[in-house]
Amino acid sequence: MVEEFLVARDVSYRYAARRGVEPVSVVRRFSVSLVEGEFFCLLGPSGCGKTTVLNLMAGFLEPAAGMLTLAGEPIRGPGVDRTVVFQGDDALFNWLHTIDNVAFGLRMRGISKDRRHTIAREYLHLVHLDGQEHKYPGELSGGMKQRVQIARVLASDPKMLLMDEPFGALDAQTRGRMQSELVEIWHKTGKTIVFITHDITEAVLLADRIGVMTKGPEARLRAIIPVDLPRPRRRSSAGFGETWEHINALIENEEVGGP
Amino acid sequence: MTEVSPARQGSPADAISTTPRLPLGWIKRDHLIYLASIVGLIVLWHVIATTFFKPQFFPPPLLVLSTGREMLESGELMEHVGISLQRILAGFLIGSAIAAPAGLLMGSIPVVRAIFDPYVQFFRFVPSLAWLTPVVIWFGIGETSKVLIIVYTTIFIVLINTMVGVSHIAPNKLRAAACLGATPLKAFVFVTLPATLPFILTGMRLAMGNSFATVVSAEMIAADSGLGYLIFNSRLWMATDKIFIGIVCLGALGLTTDRFFRYIIIRFAHQYGPIE
Repeated sequence: MVEEFLVARDVSYRYAARRGVEPVSVVRRFSVSLVEGEFFCLLGPSGCGKTTVLNLMAGFLEPAAGMLTLAGEPIRGPGVDRTVVFQGDDALFNWLHTIDNVAFGLRMRGISKDRRHTIAREYLHLVHLDGQEHKYPGELSGGMKQRVQIARVLASDPKMLLMDEPFGALDAQTRGRMQSELVEIWHKTGKTIVFITHDITEAVLLADRIGVMTKGPEARLRAIIPVDLPRPRRRSSAGFGETWEHINALIENEEVGGP
Repeated sequence: MTEVSPARQGSPADAISTTPRLPLGWIKRDHLIYLASIVGLIVLWHVIATTFFKPQFFPPPLLVLSTGREMLESGELMEHVGISLQRILAGFLIGSAIAAPAGLLMGSIPVVRAIFDPYVQFFRFVPSLAWLTPVVIWFGIGETSKVLIIVYTTIFIVLINTMVGVSHIAPNKLRAAACLGATPLKAFVFVTLPATLPFILTGMRLAMGNSFATVVSAEMIAADSGLGYLIFNSRLWMATDKIFIGIVCLGALGLTTDRFFRYIIIRFAHQYGPIE
């Protein structure tokens, strides 16, 4: 029996009622249990409530009912043990050099400038951004900005990474490269990753397990599909197509009104 | 709403360097157009003034120039310019120093906004000039009154711009800071403040312009020095040439201080993505 890591138990979330608008139940009785060190993809169509689930895990939102715990500790508000990589580049601090963006979390902890720059350089090296230390985010490409975000959360040495469609805005080529680099980084650091995507291919390429969500509102997990394919994976790997079809069928079945 | 930082994407220097350069080196085509445009306006002024008006109704540029030289030699002009500039800068700086922190607090803390927003929304529609008489009764006819009037003008512009700036901060920035371990106070200092800086600076530039307008009004009504006084007092003697001196000085001073302010922003605050 593997020890439970991040656990969501019967978590619900709804947007408050406004005048003339019924309260919308975005997530309803959502349960999942993650294992430490695993790469977990949360897969679902746009608007199904994936990001709400991630925001609940991050502590940005408070569940209306249910319970979230990390290593047995209840999640109350944002914490350095669960850092988030956002989809948009608007999460970077555009007035800070790359290196100071990466060192931001260390600065918040009061670590001296020399020390945090040394650590930040290591993580910039990890994401292949050597030599970009003294550029501003506005001077970097979309892929490089997402690398900065990844380096920034890793530099804080969190227990896990929450990634909200981090490659969604990138071109196909860059996205492919970022996907394989992320797997490398995951291998090197051993962090638990929750990765949100609406792209089945991306989920099959990356995940140990894929949590397929139902269509919103009242989203919950429909199924958890383990992906046992050997790494590094390619679209042409044996078994890739079958897994893809299996998940696709699951999603399509729901669209025509259930299995 | 997009962010206010795309100004960074292409720096102004890149844009200028692509325009054709002339043999004279640092002089660029845009500079020459700029200069020609100024000369063109002066020529137009001369033609209209000499064709349609008597000099005492619309003084031509050369008359204004010679009056200006006389006033410079007698020291009269610099006295007016100096005192007006002093009032503007004092009021502008004091007003900004009050408004920027106030706007940051009002933008970040809902309770503070709820308390002060009614005052801001009410008084921003009351022009500073409406306060001139009460202010003179309360604070006398001295410098304090004039500086206060400019402080009042500056406060609302800088305050509202700052509040808008705070509300424009991408929520992801504050969330990122929170999960990287920033306390609310640290998030305010390290995210809200720098992210709002371009809006504060823009508010200050706008307020600077309004300070020029306000100082003139204040000096017209309650002063015995300054460019507003010069313009208003010259009316009594039908000295239109002196009025034009005042007008030209105001425009030139405004332009110069704005250019200077812009230079300071680009030199020291370019990474914050100021609106140029």
